[in-house]
Amino acid sequence: MKSKGYNGFRTVFAHVLLIILSFMCLFFFYILLVNATRSHAELQKGFSVLPGSHLLDNFRSVANDGTFPMVRGVINSLFVSTCSAAICTYFSALTAYGLYAYDFKLRKVAFTFIMAILVMPTQVTAMGFLRLITRMGMYDSLAPLIIPSIASPSVFYFMYSYMQSSLPLSLVEAARIDGSGEVRTFNQIVLPIMKPAMAVQAIFTFVGSWNNYFVPALVIQSKEKMTVPILIALLRGADYMNRDMGKIYMMIMVAIVPIIVVYLFLSKYIIAGVTLGGVKG
Amino acid sequence: MKQKRKKIDYSKWGYIFILPFFVSFFIFSLIPLVDTVRYSFYEYFKSGLKQIGPTFIGMDNYVSLLQSDMLKYAGNTLILWIIGFVPQIVIALLLASWFVDVRLKIRGQQFFKVVIYLPNLIMASAFAMLFFTLFSNKGPVNSILMSMGLIDSPVDFLATAFGTRSLIGVMNFLMWFGNTTIMLMAAIMGISPDIFEASEIDGCNSIQRFFYITLPMIRPILAYTLITSIIGGLQMFDVPQILTNGQGNPDRTSTTLIMFLNNHLKSKNYGMAGALSVYLFIVSGILCFIVYRITNDDDPDGAKAAAKKKKKEERKYVK
Amino acid sequence: MKKKVVSSLLAMTMLASVLAGCGGKGDSQDTASAGSTAAGNTEASGNSAAEEGQVINIYSFNNELQTRITAVYPEIESTSEDGTTSTLKDGRIIRWIINPNQDGVYQDKLDEALSAQMSAAADDKVDIFAAEIDYVVKYTDADIDAAMTLESLGINPATDLADQYEFTKTVASDQNGVMRASTWQACPGVLVYRRDIAQEVFGTDDPVEIGKKTADWETMRATAEELKAKGYYTFSCCDDTFRTYSNSMSQPWVAPGETVIKVDQKILDWVEDSKEWMDAGYFDPAVSGQWNADWFTAMSSSSKVFAFLFPAWGIDTQVKPNWDGAEGSWAVTNAPLSYNWGGTFVLAAEGTDNPGIVKDIILALTANQDNLTMISQKYADFTNAKSVMKAAAEDDSFAADFLGGQNPYTYFTPSADGIKMAPLSAYDQGCVEQLQNAFKDYLKGQVDYDKAKENFETAIRERYPEITEIQWPE
Repeated sequence: MKSKGYNGFRTVFAHVLLIILSFMCLFFFYILLVNATRSHAELQKGFSVLPGSHLLDNFRSVANDGTFPMVRGVINSLFVSTCSAAICTYFSALTAYGLYAYDFKLRKVAFTFIMAILVMPTQVTAMGFLRLITRMGMYDSLAPLIIPSIASPSVFYFMYSYMQSSLPLSLVEAARIDGSGEVRTFNQIVLPIMKPAMAVQAIFTFVGSWNNYFVPALVIQSKEKMTVPILIALLRGADYMNRDMGKIYMMIMVAIVPIIVVYLFLSKYIIAGVTLGGVKG
Repeated sequence: MKQKRKKIDYSKWGYIFILPFFVSFFIFSLIPLVDTVRYSFYEYFKSGLKQIGPTFIGMDNYVSLLQSDMLKYAGNTLILWIIGFVPQIVIALLLASWFVDVRLKIRGQQFFKVVIYLPNLIMASAFAMLFFTLFSNKGPVNSILMSMGLIDSPVDFLATAFGTRSLIGVMNFLMWFGNTTIMLMAAIMGISPDIFEASEIDGCNSIQRFFYITLPMIRPILAYTLITSIIGGLQMFDVPQILTNGQGNPDRTSTTLIMFLNNHLKSKNYGMAGALSVYLFIVSGILCFIVYRITNDDDPDGAKAAAKKKKKEERKYVK
Repeated sequence: MKKKVVSSLLAMTMLASVLAGCGGKGDSQDTASAGSTAAGNTEASGNSAAEEGQVINIYSFNNELQTRITAVYPEIESTSEDGTTSTLKDGRIIRWIINPNQDGVYQDKLDEALSAQMSAAADDKVDIFAAEIDYVVKYTDADIDAAMTLESLGINPATDLADQYEFTKTVASDQNGVMRASTWQACPGVLVYRRDIAQEVFGTDDPVEIGKKTADWETMRATAEELKAKGYYTFSCCDDTFRTYSNSMSQPWVAPGETVIKVDQKILDWVEDSKEWMDAGYFDPAVSGQWNADWFTAMSSSSKVFAFLFPAWGIDTQVKPNWDGAEGSWAVTNAPLSYNWGGTFVLAAEGTDNPGIVKDIILALTANQDNLTMISQKYADFTNAKSVMKAAAEDDSFAADFLGGQNPYTYFTPSADGIKMAPLSAYDQGCVEQLQNAFKDYLKGQVDYDKAKENFETAIRERYPEITEIQWPE
């Protein structure tokens, strides 16, 4: 009885807090949406809670501007982010598994090494990175935005931590006894268990890659290869005559829709992770 | 004999599995990184299109950094990190444990889970643009406060250190608490439900369950959160950079270490930037080592040692 | 012989850079000597084969330059739908390479391309690039030799560019007074004010009468007091007045060849006056700087701000969109001082493989009076042609409804004539930015004067490592 009342109180408290937080989160989206419906002139006049009537105008001016490759940019971003998320989660899990499940001479060294490079700020190596890929002939291509994500120390570390708490080695041993090869064990037994962790990191990597401005701005030169953040920067950098805040907010909206879709899609898998938990018993 | 051969066989797989990571790392990060470290011992910068150096100057860059305001920026970074991180981890733990608690009948769970992560989807620059509008002198926040009679004249949030830091803290919190919640949720879901069931039978209440089961069980992920957050904190850049237009105003009280680094990169001062990066490595390396030690190896109740032992035995048994 | 040495040097640097794993820039001496020989080669090949390259690469930070060139260069036949390339009548191609200014991306990429210029394939060489007035000096530097002198292109500034404003020519010249850039616009500033407020406070909104009240800073102060008595602010914030002071500096921030920053007395005057004005309440306290929402709101009908200091582009693109009152509520008159604010320069990259086309474009864009008239009409730029602008000042067709039928050129043109451009240096952009920033804390009462000075020095040393000393006027 007592515990029921206590839980009831907790439920109410939880709802109140969640509603406040959700309001704060959604508020920004609302403002963004409102801003995307207002014309440049209206926007410069300041803030408004009520949406304007220029949603379609703004969308048309972004989408129909022949000089502004919106669709192309979204496709590029989708491609880069999807590939990055896929190879980043797969290889991080693979690396984590390699270090978690096998005993070998350099294991400790390798682990310490990855932990050490975890702390490397990306800005530091940017200039060297640019020179390197220029020499490798990968300047102005999408490859350097994707391939380096194979080595993502922080994703690796997440996978490793997750394995520590959720992947009993006995399972691997059992698979070996059943005659499963190492690669097959990883792909068919370990990966399914890692699904929640993979989904989580896939979202994070996807979003990180989607919103990345710094590296693409260094590497990409030609218009047909630009990703969404560079396009937004281009809009913002337009000269006084052509700067159109309505267009900018609309482009930000356009940029957000795909990640929301991906997020909604992947969040299912996170929930599905609950049932997967039963496997371990 | 057979077992030994098998073992060698397996260790080969260990190398194979970690190979892609290391190859990619060596090519795309290590080569540029070696550059960075090397140049930290050189005077090497660009003045306009002219290039000065590289001239070897030993530890000069390191010394002059110590004489600069670097420590002040380190302090700024720490403060900004704390005011963003503390509420973030508290709220995230709370939310994550609520979401996985079946007895808390939270309506619209799916909705909330989706919503709390949304701010992270917006680009930091777009987010900062919105914050500017909201907190400007003639913006909505000021007009609401004024119409409520709380203030007489508009508050210039970005004019004071307190105001600017608070805004940065709020932005960091909003952008990252959903992310942390999801991560912790994934960790808690990874805990076998049996343990919770057992605890329920033993009469654990939710607070006990949280402190005695959930927290210890998700310790690796918690350590991960803490470490990545420390690193994220040390690398804090986007939000204060955009909000203060790269200046860290007022009086450089919101200049973070990476903004400092960025200033050097902007002036193409590879030598100084290299030295600063090396400092950053060392500091974050030490911090992470400490955190890792505390959360992973420190083992007060011996539970972990027992688990390890058990694992070992299991392995033996299987073999 | 010399060529051989250079090429082996080049090869060595390249090899060294590959081995060292760093970008092949070698040290500056090598690059410089390599540069001069390569330039010699270009000339030689230009003579032997009359044919030029097939691709003209134009670097810019937005599409402003592209629209202007497309409007005036008759050889352009068509532009691709995505705007990245234009085809000339003879089949050659202009490639428009536009990188955003944000985070210095444009200058980074341009610098990268310019330093690779000599080794780049002919079709990848930079031919033309744009630079804003704030950093154009970085590229006109004779020691660096990134931009060709106009003379070596075949343009004679004395005759071809005779109609340009002198101050734009000064800006476009290197330390030896040789022109290496050219611009189609001048940006003389005026004072643009609200007629309704003028009526209420001064009993007249006539530009001539108001102009007397804004003739110089001394009179301006009395005017500000009058405005204040009726509850109005003269300007929105201290940044608004900065350009009038900085334009009348007597010495550059950094003298050529020196590594000492000398803060001009005029700049400290600005700090002092701004403090006085701020304390006196002549600025709107709710506006903390330019280019933010508060500043834009200060241009709306609900605002109590009397005037702004703007060149032509400011009225059209800032005041106009933000004004929500009746049409014709604004007017322009003379500012307390003539000043220039902004301007984009066009430069021919050293090593271009298309000097002929580059010359034609620069002439069409910055010297042809018909074209400049057209740009003024079509894009509302104040163009860089004295005679055209003089004519515009007397041409009623330039009258603007937004200004109540006033022809703003009657004030723009004299302002342009009065501009004595302060000597520029490659450090202007950073110095101005950091100074305004450091002293804003002081003006807002967050730090004291000495601390602001100190913060400025710190910021400068970060930004320009080569600066050895910062001198303040006595």
